[in-house]
Amino acid sequence: MIVDTLAAVGREPLCVEREISLMGHRTPLYEEHVKAGARMVDFGGFDMPLHYGSQIAEHHAVRRHAGIFDVSHMRAVEVQGADARPYLRYLLANDVDKLGVPGKALYGCLLNEDGGVLDDLIVYYLAPDWFRLVVNAGPAEGDIAWLRAHTGRFAVAITPRPDLAMVAVQGPHAEQAAAQALAGGEYEALMRLAPFQGAFAGDTFVARTGYTGEAGFEVLIDAREVAALWRRFVAQGVVPAGLGARDTLRLEAGMNLYGHDMDATVSPLESGLAWTVSLGDREFIGRAALVRERERGVARRLTGVVLRGPGVVRSGQGLRGAWGPGVVTSGSFSPTLSRGIGLVRVPGAAADGDVCELAGRPGQVLEARLVAPPFVRQGRALIDLEGEGR
Amino acid sequence: MSKVPGDLRYTKSHEWVRVEGQALVVGITDHAQDLMGDMVFIELPRPGTRLAAGKECAVVESVKAASDVYAPVAGEVTMINEALANAPETLNTDPYGNGWLFTMKPADPASLQGLLDAPAYEALLASEA
Repeated sequence: MIVDTLAAVGREPLCVEREISLMGHRTPLYEEHVKAGARMVDFGGFDMPLHYGSQIAEHHAVRRHAGIFDVSHMRAVEVQGADARPYLRYLLANDVDKLGVPGKALYGCLLNEDGGVLDDLIVYYLAPDWFRLVVNAGPAEGDIAWLRAHTGRFAVAITPRPDLAMVAVQGPHAEQAAAQALAGGEYEALMRLAPFQGAFAGDTFVARTGYTGEAGFEVLIDAREVAALWRRFVAQGVVPAGLGARDTLRLEAGMNLYGHDMDATVSPLESGLAWTVSLGDREFIGRAALVRERERGVARRLTGVVLRGPGVVRSGQGLRGAWGPGVVTSGSFSPTLSRGIGLVRVPGAAADGDVCELAGRPGQVLEARLVAPPFVRQGRALIDLEGEGR
Repeated sequence: MSKVPGDLRYTKSHEWVRVEGQALVVGITDHAQDLMGDMVFIELPRPGTRLAAGKECAVVESVKAASDVYAPVAGEVTMINEALANAPETLNTDPYGNGWLFTMKPADPASLQGLLDAPAYEALLASEA
């Protein structure tokens, strides 16, 4: 993510990294971030908070208490019409027919004809003729054009919702804070939800979804109301958390980041996302390419890596094991494990548990081991670090 | 705004130097730690290492990036701040105090004259902003 474009793995003199040069789009929470002393960076064309002082402190706050993220750069898109369901069954690699009850959510990928990942998204089933997608900021415009270009024979309308803002409240105390910070109806709606389910309270949509590996929820709300909502959560002791913490939290949770762990040049099968592909007998864009790929054997796979000693894993680093070369697609320092961790794309023959060497800074070789993500969930380390002291 | 203590000397590459008797204490500036973000690993030279002015002599690594630290002047490393190994975040919280990196004996005490004073360093920061 953003921090990697700044890091670029090299031996740089201090402070050569560039911060924002051009003013990007601003979310309705921009003023809150500036007032809170955030360091702002460009992400997906938006000026977003990287951190508000210490991204590691924000990371721990989410694992131990609760944090709030501005995710208004992500774009909600309504898919409405009599054919909304058959249309999305054709557009998405996961099958929205898994969504039987209104409110249920599904994670999946939008593929091109070659099986490459155009974006990953969450789709909420709201009504028989209404689904809501939440897509990433960077690819959003391309997604919307793609969705519209493929309506064809389907009776559907595609409506982006830039009038909606979105916050994620995550952590073991998130729900407790919601009792005070959400309006009564919103809180009651939240309390009725199962994981990966959402509901309306008036025009506000609350859902038990997130990107941190902690309990929590996300709120899609009128952009004019989000600053007040934000302040109510902060007043409850919920810590504003930036994209830096969001990146280390999702990485510990073993969740992919679009543009790093997958993009249009790789398939979901090579990206640790086979579980989101429902081949079945339904026709969907990219299916033929995935079937061909599976028949000839998936050449590469995405898995996790953990350093055996000090160091930080960086996106773009090369690695080598007995099975040949691989590459780090996401890397960082895990605040929970106090260890360098990453996601890596390696040959299909590479097994979790195998040792490998990462090319660190010039002249630096980092001993590492492949591990199946996630690294951390619900505040608990899932990786055994015993016998690998720093 | 970044702090720039008036009693220190500075380099264009954002190291600071404090004169303590015959020795120089070296660290990185508040501006540098602020841009780097949360520090996670610090690699320091061994005591006794001879440093050439302007050459890399240590590495500070944050969650965001790894950066070289350059020797402000020529000389020899005398002591290193071993406490940083277990508390790299000290560079963020106290860059001019407990976050010092190492001390050195300058080859030529006069070489300090080539470094920036506080107003000159502040002007540099203003020009980079």
